[in-house]
Amino acid sequence: MLGFRADRLRADMNRLLALLFHQGVLDEQFLQLQQLQDESSPNFVSEVVNIYFQESERLLKNLRALLIERDLTDYKKMGNHLNQLMGSSSSIGANRVRNVCIAFRANSEQNNRAGCLRALEVLEHEYCYLKSKLHELFQIEQQRVLGAGVRYPMQQN
Amino acid sequence: MWILVGLCLQYKAIHLFSSSSLSPSPSIVSLSKTHLINLRISFLSQKSPSSSSSSSSSSAMGSSVAAMGMVPDSKFHVLAVDDSVIDRKLIERLLKTSSYQVTTVDSGSKALEFLGYDPGNGSIPSVSSNHHHHHQEVDVNLVITDYCMPEMTGYDLLKKIKGSTALRNIPVVIMSSENVPARINRCLEEGAEEFFLKPVRLSDVNRLRPHMLKTKLKCDKLERTSEDHPDSSQSQALEQQQPREQEQSQPLLQQISTSLQDQDRIQSVPLLPTPPQEQEQLQLLPPTPPQQSNNKRKAMEDGLSPDRTRPRYNGITTMV
Repeated sequence: MLGFRADRLRADMNRLLALLFHQGVLDEQFLQLQQLQDESSPNFVSEVVNIYFQESERLLKNLRALLIERDLTDYKKMGNHLNQLMGSSSSIGANRVRNVCIAFRANSEQNNRAGCLRALEVLEHEYCYLKSKLHELFQIEQQRVLGAGVRYPMQQN
Repeated sequence: MWILVGLCLQYKAIHLFSSSSLSPSPSIVSLSKTHLINLRISFLSQKSPSSSSSSSSSSAMGSSVAAMGMVPDSKFHVLAVDDSVIDRKLIERLLKTSSYQVTTVDSGSKALEFLGYDPGNGSIPSVSSNHHHHHQEVDVNLVITDYCMPEMTGYDLLKKIKGSTALRNIPVVIMSSENVPARINRCLEEGAEEFFLKPVRLSDVNRLRPHMLKTKLKCDKLERTSEDHPDSSQSQALEQQQPREQEQSQPLLQQISTSLQDQDRIQSVPLLPTPPQEQEQLQLLPPTPPQQSNNKRKAMEDGLSPDRTRPRYNGITTMV
C-alpha cells in the first residue's frame, strides 16, 4: 500500500522534471547536480538551490533599486549583478532565468532603461516560476523520503 | 584506455625487435619499464564511483606505487578559488566526489595567503622549491580558479603563482563562464594547464589528475637528483621548458587525441632515457579516444565547447 504511494510520488517527480525540461526552465546542468547527490551528501541539491534562492533574491532586489534610480542609473553595476545571476543560474541549470539575464544585460549595455525595466519584469516572473516549481519538486521528494522511512517499521509487524 | 595503449605499444615493440633476433635487447627492457610506469599511472588515474571505495583502492595502489618511490599515499589537495558561493559549493562537491582534499577561498588574495605566497621571494632562486617546508605553508597539488573575480582576476592569480619560485610548479586551471578565445590563449600562454568552461562537470574534474601526477613525479625526481646536482634549479627550469617545447615542435601530436597527448606529457618526464623509436611509435598509433576527451583548448578554435551539444544562448542574440 505504501509502496504504491512511493511509486506514485516518484512518477509525480519525474513528470514534473520532464515538464520543466520540456519548457526549458531547467537544463542538463540540473541533472549534473542530482548526480552529485549521494549518501555522503544527501541534501546537496536542496542546499545549492536554497543558496541560489537567497543570492538571486538579493540580486533582484538590487537590480530593482538600481532601475528606480532614474537620473544616475548605474548600468555598470547592473551588468555586474546580472553576470553574477547569470553565472549562478547557469551553475544550477536554471536555463530560462539565465537567458533572460542575457537579454537584460544587452539592454543595460545600451543604457536602455525601458528595455531594462521590461527585462526585469520578465526576470522576476521567470524566477518566481522557477522557485515555485523547485519547491514543488522538493516537497514531492521530501514526501517520498518520509514515506520510505515509515514503510520499514510497518513491514516488521 | 592507457592500459590498452601500453599493451599495443609492447606488442608493436616486440614485433619490431624480434626481427633483429637479439634477446633480450636493451631497448625492449627500457621500453617495458616505461610501460610499467604508464600502467601504474593509468591505474592511479582511474576514477572511482564512491569516495569510500576509492580511498581503499587508491591506498592499495598507492602503497605499491610508493614502493617505486613515485607518489605518496595521501590524497591530492586542491585549492579552489571562486567569488561565487554556488560555484564554490559545486566545485567542492565535484572535487570531493573525485576523492580530493579540498580547500575553497573566495578571492585571489586569500588564495595567495593560503599558499604562503611571499612577494619578496620572486627573484631568489632556490635549490628545491618544491619542498613545502621551505616556502609553502601547506601542500597544494593544484589550484583551480575562476577567471572573473573582483580585485584580482584568475589571470592575475595565475601570473603571481607562476612568478613565484616557491609556487610556480603548482599546476593552475582556470574556469570561466565565457568562451573568449583570446582569454583562453592568454591563460594557457601564461602557464595554465587547462581552461574549463562553466558550468564545470565531473568529466572536466577527471582531467585534473594527470597534471597533479606529473608535478609529483617531477618533484620526486628532483628530490632524488638534488643530492647529485647542486644546480638542480636550472634542471627544473629546463624540465618545465621540455613539455612545452615538445608540444610545439611536434605538430603531429595535435592530430592525436588529448588522452594520448596527456600520456606523452607524462612520458616527457625523463625517468628513464627515452629512445627516439619509442616516441615515433606513440605517434603512429591510431587514436582511440572517447568522444568527451577533446581538449578544451579546441574551444577557441571551434568557437564552441566540443562536448556541449546544447546551444549556450537559446536563440537570443546578445551584444557582448
